[in-house]
Amino acid sequence: MQNTASDIRTFIIENFLFGDTSQDLGDDVSLIEADLVDSTGILELVAFVETTYGVAIADADIVPANFDSIGRIAAFVAAKTQATEAA
Amino acid sequence: MAQTVAHRGPDEMGLYADGEIGLGHRRLSIVGLADGQQPMHSADGNFVLSFNGEIFNYVELRADLVARGHRFRTGSDTEVLLKLFELKGEAALDRLNGDFAFAIYDRHNRRLTLARDRIGVRPLFYTWRGDTLVFASEVKALLEVPGVHAEMDAEALDQIFTLWAPIAPQTAFEGIFELPPAHVMTVENGGATSRAWWSLDFPDLGEADTRSEADIADELLALLDDATRIRLRADVPVGAYLSGGLDSSIVSALAARQIGNRLRTFSVTFDSAEHDESQFQAEMVRALGTEHTSIATSGADIARVFPDLVRHTERPILRTAPAPLQRLSAHVRNAGYKVVLTGEGSDEIFAGYDIFREARVRRFVARQPGSRLRPHLFRRLYHYLPGIQSQSAEYLAAFFGAGADRLDDPLFSHRPRFRATAQTKLFYSEELRARLKGYDATETLASRLPERFAKWHPLHQAQYLETTFLLPGYILSSQGDRVSMANAVEGRFPFLDHRLVEFAARIPTEMKLKGLDEKHILKRAAEGLVPASIAGRSKQPYRAPDSESFREAGYVDDILSPRAVADSGLFNPEAVAKLARKARATTMTGFRDNAAFVGILSTQLWQRQFATKTKSLTSNAA
Repeated sequence: MQNTASDIRTFIIENFLFGDTSQDLGDDVSLIEADLVDSTGILELVAFVETTYGVAIADADIVPANFDSIGRIAAFVAAKTQATEAA
Repeated sequence: MAQTVAHRGPDEMGLYADGEIGLGHRRLSIVGLADGQQPMHSADGNFVLSFNGEIFNYVELRADLVARGHRFRTGSDTEVLLKLFELKGEAALDRLNGDFAFAIYDRHNRRLTLARDRIGVRPLFYTWRGDTLVFASEVKALLEVPGVHAEMDAEALDQIFTLWAPIAPQTAFEGIFELPPAHVMTVENGGATSRAWWSLDFPDLGEADTRSEADIADELLALLDDATRIRLRADVPVGAYLSGGLDSSIVSALAARQIGNRLRTFSVTFDSAEHDESQFQAEMVRALGTEHTSIATSGADIARVFPDLVRHTERPILRTAPAPLQRLSAHVRNAGYKVVLTGEGSDEIFAGYDIFREARVRRFVARQPGSRLRPHLFRRLYHYLPGIQSQSAEYLAAFFGAGADRLDDPLFSHRPRFRATAQTKLFYSEELRARLKGYDATETLASRLPERFAKWHPLHQAQYLETTFLLPGYILSSQGDRVSMANAVEGRFPFLDHRLVEFAARIPTEMKLKGLDEKHILKRAAEGLVPASIAGRSKQPYRAPDSESFREAGYVDDILSPRAVADSGLFNPEAVAKLARKARATTMTGFRDNAAFVGILSTQLWQRQFATKTKSLTSNAA
């Protein structure tokens, strides 16, 4: 999960912060409250997770509970991957 | 100086010099073609006037003066303004129905008066060189004066990158100011004072209005009809813009009814379906029987005109939307027209913009924070934005939640927009950040609001922000005067007749925005005037393709190169390089990325065209 969090952090820094590493990007930081993602950004994030981890994400899964922090996204990816492996 | 603004007035040039004062004038001849030369002198020679714009009610003012025994030498509105000022001084302003910026010199009292129309249609900029005042319709004329330099005003840049426009009197140029709309400045005895001579007012919250909707709609239409009628006054033919939306359709319909001859109309079309409205334009042309032509605009066209556009806007801009309008005015001019009516102003005075509806929904959502149903209303508002349609209720509530905990914030209606726009600051250089020292443009804007603002209905507060700040600061300047006068075309705006603006301000809020039905009272007033399919169509804001327009533009690599960006000292070269790469590799659909790209590109172009000291901010910060 740590690797996943690190990948996502790198994606956010490159795509939403254009290389700026000065902002606090801790696992629990709300991406919306920190103004890091908007309605387009969240879709870019979902596309990144789908292509990087090979998981299918239903519309109903695209909610702040799963995507509003690096920690939540990493946990969501872990749960999805586990479910896929178990199937 | 006058030569640099020859594009505004290619027909004639006039000069007046008298010891301590000089007035220059470039004329776009529209009224009194043969005898309206300027600067114009009063009969006794004491007053000298240089004037840009139109006094639409000059016929009535003149008749009134003639009835009182005054005589006129010309048929121009200029002479009426001159006579009225001679008789009444600054009190003459209250009698004017028009779009104007003028300078009038009283030789006997050695007093110079500068004044600007109520809404801010016509521009007026000034600066001081020691104790000498220099002023002009555009900043580029001031830059001809020895000792006047172009340097980016860091605060104004931050205002643009937050609010979309500088807050008057500040301009993008440090030390160069604009006379704010509805202001008059008096220069005498070596000093200058300025004051507002008109202000937009709304009724206090809860103040009852007992008029019926039908009565208000009737009066509205009568006023708009008259506003259109007096804006058709010209000694040259008057055409109209036809966007396919409600406002320009109403204006064109009223104009067509009045002129007798076939109305000439003009429009912009786009090759991208999400921006194009040609289907609705064709429908209005059929309904009105106008003689119509349009100019097709592609992304490549936008990129081609963009550097020249920045030379005319004289400031950074965050959207490309003014570019097609600059091409349109060239098309109009080539068709032999120099005056056009447009529908500008209606969205401000009758609450047509999405931001008004958005603010209402945000308040509605904030009252039930956990509601899963209420946030879906945002989808209805932004039916034309695919990114919004696919969002969950939770995300919609979160994206539009900015400021939801502060319902009494005077900027409540605009807070999400300002906050989203401010994301572009991510690209600021360390030097610029140091220079700004935590400056907050929204605080400056809030501090300029009148005391009575707090007593108004939230919709009226939002309308005040749009009408007094964004309308003159962006719509009428970057998207209006500057791009039409770039090709010597004068825009006239019936919806901004002050009688209508004042009347609309007093219309009950629920008649303007009825539930989420925008411009409800205007639609009712226009029943039978435009086809139901136009009156009933969902509002589509005027937009143009942004960053995607520049994919093939050769100059972008040069102007956004790390070296060029470092030289300007305003942005972080590495971050800008990543943004430029992203724009080339993908079609950026997000607001922040597009606004940043267009904003940075236009700032860099501004630097190249105007700035004389490219590292000014760096050296100031040091």
